[in-house]
Amino acid sequence: MTVSPEARYGPASPEAGSGPFTEEIRAAAREIVARYPVGRERSALLPMLHLVQSAQGCVTTEGVDFCARELGLTAAEVSAVATFYTMYKRHPVGDWLVSVCTNLSCRLLGGDEVYDRLSKKLGVGHDQTTADGSITLEHAECLAACDYAPVMTVNYEFYDGVDPGAAEEIVDALGRGERPTPTRGGPLCTFAEISRQLAGFEDPRPEGIAGTGFLEPSVAGLTVAEQAGWDGGVAGAQAAGGPAGPAPVGDVLPDTTPADGARSGASPAAGAPTSTPAGPAASATPAGPAASPTKGA
Amino acid sequence: MPVTPVLTSRWKIPGIWSLETYERHDGYRSVRTALNTSPDDLIKMVKDSGLRGRGGAGFPTGMKWSFIPQGDGKPHYLVINADEGEPGTCKDAPLMMTDPHSLIEGIIVASYAVRANRAFVYLRGELIHAARRLRNATAEAYRAGYLGKDILGSGFDLDLVIHSGAGAYICGEETALLDSLEGRRGQPRLRPPFPATHGLYNSPTVVNNVETIASVPFIVNHGVEWFRSLGTEKSPGPKIYSLSGHVTRPGQYEAPMGTTLRELLDMAGGMRGGRQLKAWTPGGSSTPMLTADHLDVPLDFDSVMAAGSLLGTAALMIMDDTVDIVPVVRRLTQFYAHESCGKCTPCREGTTWLLQILTRMEHGQGDPSDVNTLTDACDNIFGRAFCALADGAVSPIVSGIKHFPEEFAAASTPRPATAAPGGASGNGVAKSSTNALAGAH
Repeated sequence: MTVSPEARYGPASPEAGSGPFTEEIRAAAREIVARYPVGRERSALLPMLHLVQSAQGCVTTEGVDFCARELGLTAAEVSAVATFYTMYKRHPVGDWLVSVCTNLSCRLLGGDEVYDRLSKKLGVGHDQTTADGSITLEHAECLAACDYAPVMTVNYEFYDGVDPGAAEEIVDALGRGERPTPTRGGPLCTFAEISRQLAGFEDPRPEGIAGTGFLEPSVAGLTVAEQAGWDGGVAGAQAAGGPAGPAPVGDVLPDTTPADGARSGASPAAGAPTSTPAGPAASATPAGPAASPTKGA
Repeated sequence: MPVTPVLTSRWKIPGIWSLETYERHDGYRSVRTALNTSPDDLIKMVKDSGLRGRGGAGFPTGMKWSFIPQGDGKPHYLVINADEGEPGTCKDAPLMMTDPHSLIEGIIVASYAVRANRAFVYLRGELIHAARRLRNATAEAYRAGYLGKDILGSGFDLDLVIHSGAGAYICGEETALLDSLEGRRGQPRLRPPFPATHGLYNSPTVVNNVETIASVPFIVNHGVEWFRSLGTEKSPGPKIYSLSGHVTRPGQYEAPMGTTLRELLDMAGGMRGGRQLKAWTPGGSSTPMLTADHLDVPLDFDSVMAAGSLLGTAALMIMDDTVDIVPVVRRLTQFYAHESCGKCTPCREGTTWLLQILTRMEHGQGDPSDVNTLTDACDNIFGRAFCALADGAVSPIVSGIKHFPEEFAAASTPRPATAAPGGASGNGVAKSSTNALAGAH
């Protein structure tokens, strides 16, 4: 026996344009659904849950109902999914979600100390938000940046090679309403804005896509090869300007990066006093050092 | 043995993430070649190259492609596993953040070969900058006619969607990934049937890792013979080795399969502070730990297996002699307890109990029976779950007990309560934070 979605869940879009889910959000939801094959609309659920977080800062009962209606699912089916994934939050996240990796490679180089310092500084524990509602702290599992350890992210943009002092500078800057420049990734945008990108919508800012994609650790082997004159036999693919490559522009590290600065960079905590905010390539990052706060845009 | 940049060769080129720059560096050449080749010949080429999956299991890629039934009238799908989350693994993220078109180029060639008209990149949610760069590259590729209808006039259609996940390590397991992509909880499926016949939307599906697919254009451009000239007989080609932890210059080192840790450490400036190597993982946290006795094991699929571990993702987490093993194992077990999807009882319950035992051992409240209990529990978890997460979860424990029995024995003896090691949180891995940092100079 087939029961129509309307009969099971009520009309598809009641109260159109009211509440947190404006007509604009509904249009975005339909755009998400259109990415997937006809009859496979349920594939839109994960991006749609990111979309509802962009409207409410977490997945609320209303958000669950919204997804259920848009996709012809039950609220229970949506809740089962929403509660499975770490990135869907049950309480409103602040503008800034600060995630500190405490898994092995980061922990070996001080990730725990970074987390502990921020927890003390902000007066909150894992998955908690500051009293003013601006910053949410979490310890994260491996963030796939082990060669930059210890790492933290703000709204999933990387701050590499942080030590407790540098991390503190970053949250201090956030507290002052500034947006410190990430070492890799786009300039910071709010949790609501990043949630919309997670839902699969393009970053509207040209400077977002232009944000640095790598620092020295990603190309450590390539640097060794350049110095030794080695290659993998795929000459056509390599930099046209010879082994050293052309002059750095945009998404590239200058070859003049002071090796020490960049590499103790894997752990500035090792060489730098904790009060010095030192990113792994503070002097070489086009976007600026990890904890150099720039006024919010 | 030298480093041999292939997949990583373009990463320093300014603006390589844009189509215009990418095309100036050999970009999309393999697509033109492939579209003038028969799909079966492409599958044969990849088979002949000996390319094995770079996501951990090392399954022969060409063979995987050949399992897709042809002429079955069903839609076929290519799904890229970009859910990089295995602790220690950090190779796919930089590839997608720096050189996103190289993945898309591989996707087009692979989709054509397996006759898929839809492809998905299941991207780890947290990797937002990779998502940005991939979406931009996808849009550029559509505009240039590399994606969409009638690609370069060949009659071949392909649509590509970049799909961000939402934070669940288990979704790196291919059947859990497919369930997640279908909008469900990411829980593994019983196999058989395999994704090759019953994958995404119950249709024939190839699931391949990012590095695997990004290797394909180079094979098309430079040939099977070139590919086999790198690496070993049974594990040919270049491999991105990811070094992290107590090494002087952590990072990505692309070298021929079969390179040893000793050689990699040489290139990476050795151990930090000249300290002694104590333990390391050859392929991420799920692969049994090895020791300084294994510095000369060729890091290819078969040699690492013969040495009692697994190549996995070639994620080498390197620990020096300041590290206590029990806290390391406890931390990794905490990860598996958090990431167990809950479907299979031995994994769901087992990892939780293992974590409790290891936590009390770490805090000086071990019991003389603990090592036996751990061993027995691991034995009852390994091989008793739908997927490999459970097997990976016991790897650190079993290998830790095997290589460092004295440390586990010591932790099985109750100590005064004040003896908890580590930093302010009381659960640090190093003997003390001061020690861990002292080795840095």
